[in-house]
Amino acid sequence: MANKDQAFIRVEALYKVFGPDPRKVMPQVHQGMDKDRLLRETGHALGLKDINLSIDQGRIFVIMGLSGSGKSTLIRHFNRLIEPTEGRILIDGIDVRSLNEKQLLAFRRQRIAMVFQRFGLMPHRTVIENVAYGLQVQGMPRAQRLQKAREWIDTVGLSGYEQQYPSQLSGGQQQRVGLARALCTDADILLMDEAFSALDPLIRSEMQDQLIELQERLHKTIIFITHDLDEALRLGDRIAILRDGELVQEGAPEEILLHPADDYVEAFVKDVNRARALTVETVMKPPACRITADTVEGALRQMHDSTGRYGYYITEQGYQGMIDRSALEQAASQDASRSANEVVEEIPGVRPDALIEEVLPDTLDAHHPLPVVDASGQLQGELSRASLAEALVTGGDEPDSEPTRH
Amino acid sequence: MSEKSWLTDFPQMARSDLLAIRKTLDGAYREFSRSYGDAIESFFDPLLQLLIGFEKLLLSAPWWLVILVMAGLAWATSRSWKLVAGVVISLLLIGYFGMWQDTMRTLSIITVCTLLSIGIGIPIGILMARSDRMQALVTPMLDVMQTMPAFVYLIPVVMLLGIGKVPGVIAVVIYAIPPVIRLTNLGIRLVDREVLEAATAYGANAWQRLVGVQLPLAMPNIMAGINQTIMMALAMVVIASMIGVKGLGQPVLKSITNQYFTLGLFNGLAIVALAIIFDRISQAYARRSQKHLSRSHGE
Repeated sequence: MANKDQAFIRVEALYKVFGPDPRKVMPQVHQGMDKDRLLRETGHALGLKDINLSIDQGRIFVIMGLSGSGKSTLIRHFNRLIEPTEGRILIDGIDVRSLNEKQLLAFRRQRIAMVFQRFGLMPHRTVIENVAYGLQVQGMPRAQRLQKAREWIDTVGLSGYEQQYPSQLSGGQQQRVGLARALCTDADILLMDEAFSALDPLIRSEMQDQLIELQERLHKTIIFITHDLDEALRLGDRIAILRDGELVQEGAPEEILLHPADDYVEAFVKDVNRARALTVETVMKPPACRITADTVEGALRQMHDSTGRYGYYITEQGYQGMIDRSALEQAASQDASRSANEVVEEIPGVRPDALIEEVLPDTLDAHHPLPVVDASGQLQGELSRASLAEALVTGGDEPDSEPTRH
Repeated sequence: MSEKSWLTDFPQMARSDLLAIRKTLDGAYREFSRSYGDAIESFFDPLLQLLIGFEKLLLSAPWWLVILVMAGLAWATSRSWKLVAGVVISLLLIGYFGMWQDTMRTLSIITVCTLLSIGIGIPIGILMARSDRMQALVTPMLDVMQTMPAFVYLIPVVMLLGIGKVPGVIAVVIYAIPPVIRLTNLGIRLVDREVLEAATAYGANAWQRLVGVQLPLAMPNIMAGINQTIMMALAMVVIASMIGVKGLGQPVLKSITNQYFTLGLFNGLAIVALAIIFDRISQAYARRSQKHLSRSHGE
């Protein structure tokens, strides 16, 4: 067990088969019988096939797939709303499958909370009673749990709605209640099953912002299910893509975007607004020419080594600005011993974690690649119009549209 | 010759065999009721005491107090002056036409029957909702209970317990209990899966799910079942009077045998009045306890 750096949540060789006697058909599943044939010949539906995942603590892990891909089945394994047919789920060292009835109840009450697609609120309870539900189940005294519920209602911005019934609230407000209910138990793991899918786009992005904001403060381990890649890219620290119960690809958002594992993922990725999903870091190139010399003459020599028309002037304090080749040559013809400082143009850099969407206008306006400068003032790379266009259009290393060209 | 006869006449079993079957079954049951009748009767003794006590209470209470309590009940559940006025006027008329005592007896037996039906029916309904096998077992029994002519199951009850209040109550309960069982089962099965799943996900155990989610959400259906049960119990009162249950049913029975049309009509109307009072009060209660359902967003 101690051989590997332990992930917070580990899913190992997880299988789920639905049907009258799942164990009986497992040999066929292991032999690789495909889903349709299994259903036709044995009447068993293959829900999940050999899922392996590692999820880090304090991160948002997104599981993505179309309907029927098994993502809702998968998320219900973490708190055993669905029992696995085979495989292991380790959460913080606990084998979830080995819990007995009593331990399972305690685990659900204290460690893991859930937010549902259609909210799952209790229509006969007021907002505050809904939020306090988890605590009530734990047996916390009424005054205490209502006090705590009030704080969370306040956090999600629903103060004043405590005594309303869910049916009196809008969809977005109802899901805020769902979120407050999940946070109220102080569970460190949050399962979100298409939590924002039932909301209209404007409210949805509002809720996404709120979740990101809360996460910055709370550092929960969040497993988030969605069928929307834009949402996955926006929220996820890691993304896993499911198809027909199998894991197709797992990786950081830009990995998925730039290196889709197969046609299925590629089809997903095609419709994504890349400018809003990729950061500068992921598309920048190493700077072509760094100039560190003090004098114009030295600078000119450094510039001759490269072919570009521009160089980035760097001192011990980090990035200072850009030097134009023609300006440098002109200066050199007058007095080669002048300080290079004098010909530096002060061009502000862009941040490596900025979204491409934010830097797009500046990049297009500039006649030269923009310098990418991190928070401590160091030059990290350059962002040219060409590399931008490549990332936005081709999806990385190969063209993705027009299959005839392959 | 014999060929022809089974084509034209149904090949029924010999008359003597049939007689033997009837004799054996009747004999066995008679034997059973002789040896266990007393034990069963003493088992139902607490029920009898309850019935007698409740009837005594209603009969000995001053009439105005009974009317006051009924009016108060109507007001508490419905907050409607119209219903209160209706209750008071119909009870006054019943008393004025000389049916007060019979009405009190009927009221008492109906109340006890309803409470019994709820007390037995809701747990059975819950068990049915929890297991498909239980549902498959109970549903045909309910079908039989609802379609079997009431007189038929009066026979074994009377054989076992004789004539009187307890067999009457048993007959009424058998007849009236199916709706509350059926609708409890249905109501729990119709509870939103996601809401129930949410309760499970937050670590609610089976009891917490039942009391905190399933029963409250099934309540509109359960209340409809209770309402139906009350109505059926009232309809059964006349038949139950054939086995000695006193109350509004007996004058009706007397009117049938003696062709007293007016007597029959008056007592019939009194039953109708009771039915309407029960119905309106129980429905008003159901509506008030389900307030959250009627309100909607933006109100």
